[in-house]
Amino acid sequence: MTTQADIQREIDDLRGSGGPQPRRDYPPYRSSVLRHPTRDLCQADPEGVELWAPCFGPADIDDAESDLTIQRSGEPLGERIVVTGRVLDGDGRPVRHQLVEIWQANASGRYWHQRDQHPAPLDPNFVGAGRCLTDGDGVYTFQTIKPGAYPWRNHVNAWRPAHIHFSLFGTDFTQRLVTQMYFPGDPLFDLDPIYQSITDARARDMLVASYDHSVTKPEFSLGYRWDIVLSGTHRTPLEEP
Amino acid sequence: MTFAPGQTVGPFFHLGLPFEGGNLLVPAGHPEAVRLHGRVVDGEGAAVPDALIELWQADSTGRVPRETGSFHRDGFTFTGWGRAQTDGDGHYWFSTLIPGPARPGRRPFFALTVFARGLTDRLFTRAYLPGDEPDALLGGLPPDRRATLITTREPRGLLFDIHLQGEGETVFLSYPRQAR
Repeated sequence: MTTQADIQREIDDLRGSGGPQPRRDYPPYRSSVLRHPTRDLCQADPEGVELWAPCFGPADIDDAESDLTIQRSGEPLGERIVVTGRVLDGDGRPVRHQLVEIWQANASGRYWHQRDQHPAPLDPNFVGAGRCLTDGDGVYTFQTIKPGAYPWRNHVNAWRPAHIHFSLFGTDFTQRLVTQMYFPGDPLFDLDPIYQSITDARARDMLVASYDHSVTKPEFSLGYRWDIVLSGTHRTPLEEP
Repeated sequence: MTFAPGQTVGPFFHLGLPFEGGNLLVPAGHPEAVRLHGRVVDGEGAAVPDALIELWQADSTGRVPRETGSFHRDGFTFTGWGRAQTDGDGHYWFSTLIPGPARPGRRPFFALTVFARGLTDRLFTRAYLPGDEPDALLGGLPPDRRATLITTREPRGLLFDIHLQGEGETVFLSYPRQAR
């Protein structure tokens, strides 16, 4: 049986060994062992569709889908929060009118998913999936519930820090990003092999939202801000699809 | 400017990402529909039943689609984008059109993004049509590696298996403006 102490030694041994992106080969995250490519990535010059991202619009998404607290007949349990921020490209330009998708556990740390066997209560009023389009300044906003931490079976007594999964698109295909947003000051950060698969501390910090009292709504919900920077675009302004 | 690191989609992405009709870029009964499909396997050749594949492609003339509506397909508009989850056998499939070339004389390809539990970050690859057109990426690879990027023609479609690791490991791509 692998203990947290065993995993901790492995995490410590790999600290700082990767770049600002997660290591694909990261044995402390056991499921990665047989699922990561061992050959180097092959550098390609993007062409054709790779220079463009798919388009989404009001026909795809209803405004109400950004509020995860109104999807069922009643109010979900837990701490109501707003999560907002800007999506920027690698040159600091806002990514406008583009799709943002999220999914998460409920306040007890249980996902609305048949494979989640954690014996914490499901909340009949919280599914935990939402989506929206960024506005003209690249801003997204979700109303939701703060997710709970939850156990998983990577090793004995493994627990994931509370997080919200985020899926993002840029203006070209190469900017596609799926990541996780965390909450400030979580005591599980140092123990979690998924978070620590990013072995560079400053890069990891980019995934932690800030508490923002200006986003907090009086007598209603707490506010968090999380800006997301995608990689750079490859398209020159003159290129037409 | 540094950019945000990726993280695995984890085991519960079905809650947030797949959607009804996501794999049907055209209805399966469309006269020009082809099935692009294959299996996702791990380093021991075992099925990966919790992977998600995104497809992004040109239309049959080679034009890059700029139409919205992928989430609520009307059956007529080709958006060029779709999503398919693997089943218990690691199999994914799309109903779509054969893409045209980006420019005359280029070898057409489907751009694919691969996500899975156990993959710490997404992977990019290309699924090329079989053909003779010269291509810079294919030309720079040894034959066994090149073969991993070329679809196999079938009576009603194209087969493209994805090997995450090991024998026949698929060539995965990075682009110049990414960190590595």
